[in-house]
Order: sequence, then C-alpha cells, then structure tokens
Amino acid sequence: MGPQHPSTHGVFRMDVVLDGERVMKLKPVFGYLHRNHEKIAEHETYLGSMPYTDRLDYICSLTNNWAYALAVEKLAGIQVPERAEYIRVITAELTRFLNHGALIGFLTQDMGASGTPLMYAFRERETILDLFESLTGARMMCNYMRFGGCRVDLPAGWLDQARKFVATLPRFLDEFERLLASNEILMARTQGVGVLSKEFAINAGVTGPILRASGVNYDLRKVDKYGIYDRFAFKIPMGEHGDTYDRYMMRLLEMRESVKILNQALKDIPEGPIIDPKTKIRGFKPKPGEAYGRIESPKGELGFYLVSDGTANPYRYRVRSCCMMNLTVLEQLCIGHNVADVVVILGSIDIVMGEVDR
Amino acid sequence: MTLETIKSELEAKIPGCVLEIVPNPSPSAQHSLRIDPAHAVAIATFLRDADHLQFDYCSNVTGIDWPAKEISEKVKVKQIVDGVEQEVEEVQKSTTIGYLEVVYHLFSMEKKHGPVILRMRTEDRAEQVHLPSLTPVWQSAEFQEREIFDLYGVIFDGHPDLRRILMWDGFKDHPMRKDYVEPDDYEYEPTAHDEVLERARQHRTVMGAL
Amino acid sequence: MFGEGILRGLAETARNFLGSYVSKNRLTTVQYPEERLPQIEAYRNFPFLVYDGEDWQQGLRCVSCFICEKECPPKCIFIEKSTDKKPDAVGKPQFYPKVFNIDVSVCMSCQICVEVCPFDAIKMDTDYELSTTNRFSALLWDKQHLAKSNEHYHKIHPTEAAAVDAQLAAERAKVAAKAKASADAKAAADAKTASAAPATPPVPAASEK
Repeated sequence: MGPQHPSTHGVFRMDVVLDGERVMKLKPVFGYLHRNHEKIAEHETYLGSMPYTDRLDYICSLTNNWAYALAVEKLAGIQVPERAEYIRVITAELTRFLNHGALIGFLTQDMGASGTPLMYAFRERETILDLFESLTGARMMCNYMRFGGCRVDLPAGWLDQARKFVATLPRFLDEFERLLASNEILMARTQGVGVLSKEFAINAGVTGPILRASGVNYDLRKVDKYGIYDRFAFKIPMGEHGDTYDRYMMRLLEMRESVKILNQALKDIPEGPIIDPKTKIRGFKPKPGEAYGRIESPKGELGFYLVSDGTANPYRYRVRSCCMMNLTVLEQLCIGHNVADVVVILGSIDIVMGEVDR
Repeated sequence: MTLETIKSELEAKIPGCVLEIVPNPSPSAQHSLRIDPAHAVAIATFLRDADHLQFDYCSNVTGIDWPAKEISEKVKVKQIVDGVEQEVEEVQKSTTIGYLEVVYHLFSMEKKHGPVILRMRTEDRAEQVHLPSLTPVWQSAEFQEREIFDLYGVIFDGHPDLRRILMWDGFKDHPMRKDYVEPDDYEYEPTAHDEVLERARQHRTVMGAL
Repeated sequence: MFGEGILRGLAETARNFLGSYVSKNRLTTVQYPEERLPQIEAYRNFPFLVYDGEDWQQGLRCVSCFICEKECPPKCIFIEKSTDKKPDAVGKPQFYPKVFNIDVSVCMSCQICVEVCPFDAIKMDTDYELSTTNRFSALLWDKQHLAKSNEHYHKIHPTEAAAVDAQLAAERAKVAAKAKASADAKAAADAKTASAAPATPPVPAASEK
C-alpha cells in the first residue's frame, strides 16, 4: 500500500503480504518525509531549532515547542515563571483537544463517513487556531515557547475569548459523541479489531492514548508531573480491551478531561512576567552535559535528548518521536485482519509523518 | 534506588561485567551507566525482570558520534641541554580513538521510576562497530536501532531485521556522522552563505558565468 | 432496534443542516474571496524593512549589523554592507545595507529576525496573496521591494507599531537630552576657562544634531 494513498496519513508505505484478503505479513516503510532535522539542528543555534520543532508533528506545534523548551531548561537549569507555566498548560490542552478532534474526524473519514465528523471537529479547530493566531502570530507553525517561558504575553481580551469558547465545548462534545457513539457501522468495524495486549504494548514502547486503551496507567502528566500539572484535578481514562473502539473512545474521553483542565487553568492564571527579563535571546550557551526532557504530547511521549559541548550549537540533538515508536506494533496488530481493517488500525494509531521521519 | 546501588547489584548478579558511571555535569543530573557489550543482554534482562527494578519500558535509543580528537599536552621530559640534564616542557600530540556511542533511556511503567541511562561504546568508527542488539529484551529498540544503523553505521548483532529505515536501500555512507560529506548537487541558491557559497562559486567557475 | 445508532447520528446531522438556515454559528463557510474574515492583528507572513519619513533610502532604519542574517534559521537573508555612511534619525552617521535580499521561497516566517533586531528595522508583514509566475527571481525580494513605510507598519499592526514608536521616541529623547547636557557642561567649562584665561579665545560649544 504505497506512499500515494489517501488513507495512510501522509507519505507512508506498507508492504503487505496477503492471502486473499487476510494480512499475513506487514512491513512499514517510511523515510519519504525525512528532512534531516537532527543534523540541521547541529548547525543551528538552540533557538534556531525552535521553528523546526513546529514542523515535526505539524498538527500540534505548541506541544512540540514545549517538549524542546523543557529539554533545554533541564539542560541549563532555567526556571519558568508561573504565568508562563499556566499559558503553556492552556495552549497544550487546546492542542490536545484539536488533535483528538482531528484524529476522530480522520479515522471516521477513513471508515467512510466522508468528512462529516471531520468538518464538525474542524469547526472547533478553526476557533482554536484563531486563538493561536492572535496569541502567537501563526495558526500552525507557532514558534511560541522560549527557554524560560513564552515569547509574548496574552493580548488583551484573549482570556475572555478563550473562556467563552471553552464554555461551549461540553455541548460540542455531547453533539460529537451523539453523532457516532452508538453507530452500528462504527462498532462493527472497530470492536475486536487490532487488539493490543498490555505486555506487548509496554515492551514495544507504545505510549499515549494507545497504551492507556490497553489498560496501562501511564500518563506523563501524572507520572513526571512536569510543568504545573500536579495542581489540576483530572482523571486518566483507561480502556479494557485494547481494540480500535477503545482507542477511539479514549480520544473522546481525553477531550473531556482537557476541557476540565482548561476550565481550571483559565480560572487560576495569575498575573506576572512570562519570561525572566534578563534572558538573552542571542548567545545562549549551556554548559556541557546532556539532558532528556519528555512531555505527554497528544500522540504519546515526545522526548528530546540534547548533548551539549558548551558551544552555541548542540552536539547531538535527538527527537524521540512517539509516532515512530507507536508504529512498532502495527504489524502485530494487523496480522489476521482484512486489508480494510489495516486502514482503520493505522488511523487509530494516529501517525503524522512529519514526526515519524523527522 | 540510585545509580550506585544499581551498579553494585549488577556487579554482584552478573560476574565479569565492566560498569562505569559517567557523570553528567549539567543541572539535569542525569548520570549514565556505561556497560560493556559482552554482558549487555544479560544486564538488560536483569534490569527488566528484577522485582524491585522492573524497567520494562525502553524509551529512547540514541546514537552519538565521537570522532577522533587530537589532544596536545605539555609533558616534562628530561633532555640534555648544553651538557646539563634538565627537565624541559615539551608539547606532545596524541590522537584519541574515535568511537560511536549508543545511549538507552529506560523507565518503568510498573513502578513509575526512572530514568536509568545505559551507554555502550564501539571500539572504533571504521571496522569494529558491532554491538549487541537489545531488541530481544525491549521490542521498542527495533526501529531505533535500525535508525542508528542507517544513520551512524553501528551494526547490531542479534537484531531481527537490520536494514536501512529512513534512507533508501541503495544509499551509501552514514549521514549523521560528523565527517559526512554531502553530495555535490548544486541548485539555484540565491542567498548562499559560507560553505554553500564556496561550492556555488566553484560551480559557477566550472559552468561559466551565470 | 438495529440501526438506531445510525438514525441518531443522522438526526444530529439533520439538526446541523436545518439549523444552518436559522442560526449564524452553524453556517461556518466563508465565501472567499468575495467575503473575507477580519484580519487578526498579530498575524505574520514574511518580513519587510521599515523606513521613516518619505524617502525609502534615506529613512531606512537598517544599519547592516548582520544580526538577523546570523540568527535566521534557514539562512534566507543576504546582506552586503555599504562603504559610506548616511545619517540616521538622530543624525548619527551609520552604515546602511547596499544589498538586502530575502529569499521568500525559503523564509519560514518564524519571526526570529524581528526578535533579534536591535534597531526595530525589520518587522513582519501580513500580506498572503503573493503568487507570482516566476519561481526563482520573483521570489528573491531585494531592498526596494522590502522597504515599506512606517505608516504601512501602523496600518497592519497598530498596537505593535505604536509601542515601537513610543520606545524609539523615548530612546531618541534620551540621546538628545544626554547630548544637550554634555553640550551645556562643555559650554560652562569653556566659559570658566575663558574667564580664567582671557588670552585664549573661547571655543564654540560643539553642537549636537
């Protein structure tokens, strides 16, 4: 199933060995979008790599920025002021919301619901992207986080706009669920398809909603407690069966938890600086050493491993990409199913080729 | 459960293994443990299966290239100067052997602790680049070890399917190494800087005035 | 009943469809280019050079310090420094860029050049209807194409431009005040030396510009 295919979520190729309609073997082939991000980062300064991180998982650019900023802050020991932490949480949860919405939309589109749930999700996505545009200046390639805080402060009226928008989200989520939750076609195509066992998921390094759908309680927001996530009260949805239906419902439930976190963060955000005024933009040279910083991006664990040798360019810059790790299980999940199920399973694993290939 | 206790446990359980703690001078304080390739699989299996450790999740496998470095140090040497034996300072140049390094980040999903960082080094960068693969222990290392083979050239023994992953199959050379020379394909480059400008100038003199 | 879930979903879709005739927020399509959404002020798309006053060459704020060229991640800015100097807004002679090219096909509008410029000389534009017919030379913008007036900056980013103008005015006032204070001190010192040694003719105080 070659790279030019409408349902492979980007330029992704699968070499599938079939017996009639059943899949016998499946080998994923990628590298079509390999843009050499890691080597470019060795020639750029630390700040110069920040716009490139936007383009890793291009749907969720703000969480990529946060992961990189977190890794550099660990490397250099920089503290982040409180208001910046709240802004980071708000933008990250908004990103999680729009990512899960887009994913449900794309998954159902692959199953044949030609675009209706997708456009419903995109309606909310447009409002969120307008919020991002008024905050950062761009809709998708935000380039917003800096080492030690954020680039600019919230413009006047942004918080009220955000609060008004978040207040409409529970009603939207009810409508979205009612659209497809008890749909017989959806249930027939996803229940029992692509069952991922708990032990295999842990061993294969799968993280994110896919892991939690298989019944493992591992969410970096609760385990690492990075940022200020320990101040917010939210639950971690977990699945029982580990099939595609559980992975689909996981996203819906996580969207509801994101709304809970957003309500709390938008209420409690304090005044204050968003970055230490004495930080220099140019000439940032961390001491030699290394650091591994990771966050719970909407797709899984996104980590950055930085090795510094004391100069302005990193010696080694590595992106631990969650989408590439999640693809490890694709072969095991698809064996024994039909070709049509391969598309559904791939959609539920949720890959973005920008992150798989970097 | 610190790195020192893990090290002493490993030395007790697996005789003959050579371990070394590599300190990390940055504020992140993520120190790593250098293991020897001969006992790597045994060490990894112990870390994964021991009851109090249970490092069942290998999060990140990275390759790092350390090319050979020339170091010059001042050494006091006894020399005969004007008939008198004196100690003279002499500058001695030596070259360290370059090596490729593979770093593993381990976490525990069961116990929710970590990270434990393991490092393995090859002998040199040319011929002796074989390291044991930890894919039989953690399946998550499969794609990442293939990527290190593709981009750095480390050959993992015991990997189920070692072939190029990001570059195409017929590609020669290993792009992420520090001494990788990019192919000389000149394109229209209106705002060229530094090395790109040099190469563009060479092309222009060959192709004539542009 | 079998099929109930599908019917419930279809009821949802029907509600959306019929609702779009009645309420505005269900009708989300904007018929571009006849209808346009209002432009958000903070939007950024490709940089431009700011000049003060009427003459774009005289009033160009850029002093060719090369900082934006060094910090640009995809290295799309190309500057050549001039050999002569021209006076800037406070009259101090400064270098100016003889050549200032931006390769727009490479630029990713990341705004790092704006952040690092110490002279507020390069800012982000908002125009996105930029299609050309020539892929190479039409996407390499030179100094003349890039230079746009301060009024244009005020039109596209009013609050930002007002803040920049206030900051520049404050800086120039500080420079003027310091020069005036030093001129006054020098005049006082010369008056003293003139009264102490009448043979020496008084030196006129150096005037600031």
